[in-house]
Amino acid sequence: MDWHYFKRRLMNQVGQALALMATLFTLFWLVWLLTTLISQGWQALDLSMFVKDTPAPGAEGGMRNAIVGSLMMCLAGVAIGAPVGVLAATWLAEYGRGTWLASAIRFVNDILLSTPSIIIGIFIYGLVVVNTGGFSGWAGALALAMIILPVVVRTSEDMMLLVPDQMREAAAALGAQRWRLIIDVVYRAARRGMVTGILLGFARISGETAPLLFTALNNQFLSTDMGNVMANLPMMIFQYAMSPYSNWQELAWAGALLITLTILAINLVLRLFWREPKKGH
Amino acid sequence: MIQMNVKKAVQEAPTRTKLKVENLGFYYDNFQALHDINLELAENRVTAFIGASGCGKSTLLRTFNRIYSLYPEQRATGQILLDGENILDKKQDINRLRAKVGIVFQKPTPFPMSIFDNVAYGVRLYEKLPRGILEERVEEALRKAALWDEVKDILKQSGTQLSGGQQQRLCIARALAVEPDVLLLDEPTSALDPISTLRIEELIDDLKERLTILIVTHNMQQAARISDDTVFMHQGRVVEKAPTNILFTNPENKQTEDYITGRYG
Amino acid sequence: MSKVLISSIKEAVGVPRRFGDIVFKQLTMVCAVFVLLLIVAMGWQLTQSAMPAVKLFGFDFLSAKSWDPVMGEFGAAPSLWGTLISSFLALLIAVPVSLGVAIFLTQIAPSFLRRPISLAVELLAAIPSIIYGFWGLFILSPWLSNNVQPWLTDNLGDWPIIGILFQGPPMGIGLFSAGLVLSIMVIPFMASILTDLFETVPTQLKEASYGLGSTRWEMITQVVLPFAKVGIVGSFMLGLGRALGETMAVTFVIGNAHRISPSLFEPSTTIASTLANEFAEASGELYISSLLYLGMVLFLLTFVVLILARLLLWRITYQAKGRTK
Repeated sequence: MDWHYFKRRLMNQVGQALALMATLFTLFWLVWLLTTLISQGWQALDLSMFVKDTPAPGAEGGMRNAIVGSLMMCLAGVAIGAPVGVLAATWLAEYGRGTWLASAIRFVNDILLSTPSIIIGIFIYGLVVVNTGGFSGWAGALALAMIILPVVVRTSEDMMLLVPDQMREAAAALGAQRWRLIIDVVYRAARRGMVTGILLGFARISGETAPLLFTALNNQFLSTDMGNVMANLPMMIFQYAMSPYSNWQELAWAGALLITLTILAINLVLRLFWREPKKGH
Repeated sequence: MIQMNVKKAVQEAPTRTKLKVENLGFYYDNFQALHDINLELAENRVTAFIGASGCGKSTLLRTFNRIYSLYPEQRATGQILLDGENILDKKQDINRLRAKVGIVFQKPTPFPMSIFDNVAYGVRLYEKLPRGILEERVEEALRKAALWDEVKDILKQSGTQLSGGQQQRLCIARALAVEPDVLLLDEPTSALDPISTLRIEELIDDLKERLTILIVTHNMQQAARISDDTVFMHQGRVVEKAPTNILFTNPENKQTEDYITGRYG
Repeated sequence: MSKVLISSIKEAVGVPRRFGDIVFKQLTMVCAVFVLLLIVAMGWQLTQSAMPAVKLFGFDFLSAKSWDPVMGEFGAAPSLWGTLISSFLALLIAVPVSLGVAIFLTQIAPSFLRRPISLAVELLAAIPSIIYGFWGLFILSPWLSNNVQPWLTDNLGDWPIIGILFQGPPMGIGLFSAGLVLSIMVIPFMASILTDLFETVPTQLKEASYGLGSTRWEMITQVVLPFAKVGIVGSFMLGLGRALGETMAVTFVIGNAHRISPSLFEPSTTIASTLANEFAEASGELYISSLLYLGMVLFLLTFVVLILARLLLWRITYQAKGRTK
């Protein structure tokens, strides 16, 4: 028996088994997390969640105010961050291609992409909350906009770069000015990927908690006034989970399930049914 | 040599000069791709550009509508006169120029929009036409491109769903719809099957009544079949220009002869 | 349609000048430069608001061990310690596991398994951190304190040197739990970057290795890993950046105690969780600016780590591009 060859074969088996175990280890947490969320949050998640506001300790209630606040701030965040991001990406992919400034901006954007969200929270706190005299839904929306911005810049630029230059040339050859060909042809061709990026960004900011601690804070009551403190799901979960009341904790589980299901649904739908054609052709 | 060409042109068909290239040079960054090109191209004729790959024939074609100026690192020197006006001049409005000099590329480039909108795209950029007239223009362009019968019932469908040959004719229709004077074809059939190729060659023959056509091709038989004049290029220079039947049967230059007889690396 | 009419319309409408092009170009450039300015503004703003504490404490802030708002004592050492140790623990687990996942996904798994598993990994990465924290506090911590921690204390607690790490009451809350929760968050994040990275390894290289009689594992360790090594280190740095600044997941399970203890089972705190916990209740300029000083330290820390990470990852993308050309 060739001992050396046997050792090589054994190492091959052991190594592959370890990689498999690492994968199972990772999937194990996902399964555990999801089963917990469903078993804890499912009973609490009923219709009254959507029509009643957050209760006092011991009383019955829902999380309508938190859902409304979260939706408003996230939508405002997307409405501010996405257009700026798409335009910035346009410059990077079209006008600034190959310049040192574009490389610098791309680099900074990548850094911004991974900057801890709590840092963005205290930045907006110092910039907006301090200067406008208080916590507000708008401050929250700005913080969320700043989180989605680099996501949109990155995905939009990638998608625009996938549009072949021939397409740009064909439009230019018909006499289209640069901006017309970008809007008519490049945006159109990259549309799917860009929308996917924005929706994934929306999913990302809808669960962000840390930046809201310093900006929107929380509100016990239903309010659509973005100039004032605003209720939101992540803050509600944070506050109620840490509370000693069991009905508050139940509400927190329901909120956690709702947020997770929403985010997973967006991700699943986009990745399964709205897939971009494979990159690189 | 120029003397000779003039003589031949007189023999063939005396037509007006559409494009005149004078001392044209072309650079990608520091690399010079074209050297001192001088050419006269006649109106309403098909001129083919042949030569080994990398000889600069596509680069030359791309200077006629200044499509290269999308890329900051590319530049041209010298003059190109279109109807006597220097198109390389800084003051030239390049968008208008491109509406006058259409181009069709090797790979079909339908825009991600409907067939109708594809053809109407260039028209809408420059003219605000009533719906009815626009529809007539689109139909006319599609007819000229020999595509009308195949797509007249599916005008609202996306242009990207057509077959390769149909897509290429769609691109030709799109270029024709803006009513250009000159049509540049950059290896328009090299990505197509033989039947689609034949249709497009027939089309080129019809179109030269109205247009000046410049075609780059790597296929010498194609050049011989469809062109009136042929330009042979080598390493960024024009080696010989002559009426096609003369260039292919009795080339003046040894390099040309080697190339067309296949004795070439 | 007569051509005369058409060309007359052509003349009449006229062409919009280059005005639109210029406006659009400037607009996009302003937005792009705005991204650049944001990071400058962030650095400036954080420094400004931390100034009172910076002036008062200077660099001693970083080594001062006491954090007592009532007495007006503010030291960053406990938060810094907790941040570094919890991140280190997280990477200790996440590095081998994420490598394993990426290797399995790109080199080993049969193709019908790749899509669903990589989808699951992406989903795990998309779950917000507050969910991890919530789950960590209510589900994971009790489980750890009942099952894992007593075992570790019994079996490793008497070992020389490392034994001290596993002593103390198994409360389920503390550095150990924080590190584990962090690693669960960081694994899918790093695994997904590594997966993309391994896919850039040219097939010819892998075939060449097989062609010399390598086993699959030898091909992986001798071709794939060396080829991607710079990018692998970059991915780990990116994961570290993520772990250092992670807030909600840690805040729930770390116990929030400003003290430095050798045992991993003891409660601790991190910069991010200190900010999250105390900011809303902080009063007085010095307290707030001390918190913001902490924030500035975290910003600089992650900034340096992220710059290193991106530089390493950029090198690999250029390398890959150069090779395909």
